[in-house]
Amino acid sequence: MSELLLEIRNLAVQFFTYQGTVRALEGVSLRVGRGEILGLVGETGCGKSVLARSVLRLIADPPGRITDGEILFKGRDLLKLSRREMRRIRGNEISMIFQEPMSSLNPVFTVGNQMQEVVALHQAVGRDEARRICVDMLRQVKMPDPDQVLAKYPHELSGGMRQRVMIAMELSCRPDLLLADEPTTALDVTVQAQVLSILEGITRRQGVAVLFISHDLGVIAQLCDRVAVMYAGGIVETAPAAAIFAGPRHPYTQGLLQAIPRIDDGKEALMVIPGTVPSLIDPPRGCRFHPRCGHRFQPCDREPPPFYEPSPGHRVACHLHAGEDQRRSWNRS
Amino acid sequence: MLDEFRRQYAWQIREFFFTVKLLRRNPSAVAGFVIITVMVAMAIMAPVLAPFNPIQISLSERLSPPGGTHWFGTDELGRDIFTRVMYGARISLWIGVLVVGIAGGLGAVIGAVSGYLGHRVDNLIMRVMDVVLSFPPLVLAMALAAALGPSLNNAILAVAFVMIPKFARMVRGEALAVKEKQFIAAARASGAGSFWIVWHHVLPNCFSSVIVLGTLILGETILIAASLSFIGLGTQPPTPEWGAMISVGRKFLMDQWWYATFPGLFILVTVIGFNIFGDALRDVLDPRIRR
Amino acid sequence: MEPVIEARDLVKYFPIHSGVFGRHVDYLKAVDGVSFALHRGETLGLVGESGCGKTTVGYLVLNLLSPDRGTVRFKGVDVPGLRGKALREIRRNLQVVFQDPQSSLDPRMLVKKTVGAPLEVNRLARGAEVVRRVQAMLAEVGLSEEHAYRYPHEFSGGQRQRIGIARALITGPEFVVFDEPTSALDVSVQAQILNLVKDLQRRHGYAYLFISHDLSVIKHMSHRIAVMYLGIIVETAATGDLFAEPLHPYTRALMSALPLPDPGKRTMLAVVAGDVPSPVNLPAGCRFHPRCPEAREICRRSAPELREVKAGHRAACHLYE
Repeated sequence: MSELLLEIRNLAVQFFTYQGTVRALEGVSLRVGRGEILGLVGETGCGKSVLARSVLRLIADPPGRITDGEILFKGRDLLKLSRREMRRIRGNEISMIFQEPMSSLNPVFTVGNQMQEVVALHQAVGRDEARRICVDMLRQVKMPDPDQVLAKYPHELSGGMRQRVMIAMELSCRPDLLLADEPTTALDVTVQAQVLSILEGITRRQGVAVLFISHDLGVIAQLCDRVAVMYAGGIVETAPAAAIFAGPRHPYTQGLLQAIPRIDDGKEALMVIPGTVPSLIDPPRGCRFHPRCGHRFQPCDREPPPFYEPSPGHRVACHLHAGEDQRRSWNRS
Repeated sequence: MLDEFRRQYAWQIREFFFTVKLLRRNPSAVAGFVIITVMVAMAIMAPVLAPFNPIQISLSERLSPPGGTHWFGTDELGRDIFTRVMYGARISLWIGVLVVGIAGGLGAVIGAVSGYLGHRVDNLIMRVMDVVLSFPPLVLAMALAAALGPSLNNAILAVAFVMIPKFARMVRGEALAVKEKQFIAAARASGAGSFWIVWHHVLPNCFSSVIVLGTLILGETILIAASLSFIGLGTQPPTPEWGAMISVGRKFLMDQWWYATFPGLFILVTVIGFNIFGDALRDVLDPRIRR
Repeated sequence: MEPVIEARDLVKYFPIHSGVFGRHVDYLKAVDGVSFALHRGETLGLVGESGCGKTTVGYLVLNLLSPDRGTVRFKGVDVPGLRGKALREIRRNLQVVFQDPQSSLDPRMLVKKTVGAPLEVNRLARGAEVVRRVQAMLAEVGLSEEHAYRYPHEFSGGQRQRIGIARALITGPEFVVFDEPTSALDVSVQAQILNLVKDLQRRHGYAYLFISHDLSVIKHMSHRIAVMYLGIIVETAATGDLFAEPLHPYTRALMSALPLPDPGKRTMLAVVAGDVPSPVNLPAGCRFHPRCPEAREICRRSAPELREVKAGHRAACHLYE
């Protein structure tokens, strides 16, 4: 991994609701290197969106609160910054794009208006210069007729075009890190291919690191350098993409990969992970996946697994990969 | 039997208690509820608690000011005003409940059918509703009451008629939204006819908004009913109705302030009570706030 | 063997109104000549991107919309013209499972009533008999008896889809339309539901029309596939044949664009440019020609017909004439 850009250590986030306290994230640690595309994959409720929003401190308090941990960006702990300092980072050094571009773009202003506003906000340039930058950015996202597009309103553009506008806007200030929260989930598959190819191109060219969140394992496999798999509020496995897909080590990752229908194999029935995702108000003790795991043994319902590293760069939060000494001590007790 | 009931409605029961819990924290809800409870208690317990007979005449005591025996004073026939105000509550609340019941029931059905069927039927019904709504409610109620003849029941019918379009419009709006949901298409695919869908799917989904609108309309109803009596079109003497009492009390306003003031005060407080409770109820039932 | 369901040259245009007076301006050509036939125990997968008309085809086949031209036949009987008793007889045989577990169940209705409604509405059973059949159906889709007495919001997305499936199957239909039934579900839940649906078909011999935008799901579920684009079918074949040799350029584009969960194989290729066009202003000639990497002069001028290129494998493309 290249130079460390973002390091999340032991992050914990909780939401306070009438039904109880939701332990949305616990003990989450993650690293993103400069210019790399890290995929964050997991099912609904695993906490991937919460994680991304925590980085930018977009968690609404109440009902949510970051209760523990550090988020080190270029060496500084973001959680300790003042609100003004944080505002300067948002959009400038760290940007974010979301799934539904219709909600991120104001429907009563033209695209040009909004883009220029963003540019002018973060870079001290005049109107004409801002407009020139916008046109340039739109060309970089392969938008046909950039001048025309600037005059349009969001609803006049298709979903794919709106996402490209979002990408252009968020990358106009050349941030170091881009958080992408399911940006193509709502798009058709051919449009998704275009948008992701553009995203990959422009981030590689500018050297922007991307934290790419998705539930679609296919997209993650095609786009990302490294992958982190999340389950029920914690990260269960992290490895380079090739390693995770060729040889997943965590039972959950294995289960996920066996459950997806693929066009390159001829399986009759899909493998199913028994049980359901646990409630985060009262999660299982020890390893959160153990009630559904076919490989559980002694320590699983008591001790939450730390990250073991069975091979370099491949980390798994699963007691199956504990070292010899550790196993002996369990057998003794 | 009770078990089956509990089983079937377990969720509704839980939701009800949750709503009550939320209402308890809301100051307007509590204030409104207290007012409503006092008024209802007064209405129900009137025959038991009232110190005097509401229509008993006692000319020797006519127009006495509020004092030890007659807390609110007496009217021009010596009848105790406090007692008459208590009995007046019965009438006003009874009118309110009946009107909201009739207008809410009919209005909801009309609105639901109109919204669900759409197109020409919807257009026709809504234009009719618009016509009714374009009259000032009091004026229309007056006209109807006058045409039907001055009596309590006719007043109720007149006011109910005036209130129907308000429910109809609101429920129609909700029906339009519900219509687009997939479970409606699923029901049609199952073979359900339009009226079955309106009755079993659309109306239950509009239920809580009808309740909320009902509490707000109740206040307005009491006012209109009192106004009708005020001009002689509602209840007839000697029935103690708040509006009627104000009407007569007007003549005595200068020297015997208590006659018109107390009934007026009670109208004011009751209407406020229903309104603030209705507001709080609407907030509490809003699905976004409930999380 | 006679097909259970037959669609013949289905056409459905939606008028578009514009301007102050709501004048009729143009047509949205949602479905523009679609035909297919489905036999007992068979699944036809209908795949395409947004705006291709696949959901509208579903509604037409279910008799929730009337076709402007063409017809739907259930075991030889024309469906769109039926009324009253005759319609009711057929109704119980045409059922649907929808996509959105949130809005496909009435939040105010007990599961018992939701699942039992098709029986009551079609006068197939009453009272205790309904309850008995509801319980049996719930068991078959993997839910328990007491679930009948709960409300939709108490269930997860996957369970709600099971309830939707129970509702669709309780009248013992011969034909079921699945409109994107797992698009809103997580991967592991999707696997459960897809397995269940296939299993039910094996046991009861239902004919399925399976609509989805996800080619991998379609491949897994279907015996035959029809690819739709802008209101017409551009290619249709048995599943194996389609994937072994996709003929139409659009089909090939769909397959190349599909991201494979294998970093070793490079897919998710943007073979076609531009966005999915709207069915309002259709291109002249072949509908796909503006985006087609193999477009030729003839494609601009005339629209190709869907014709048989190989046994059981049809494509609408000038490349194969």
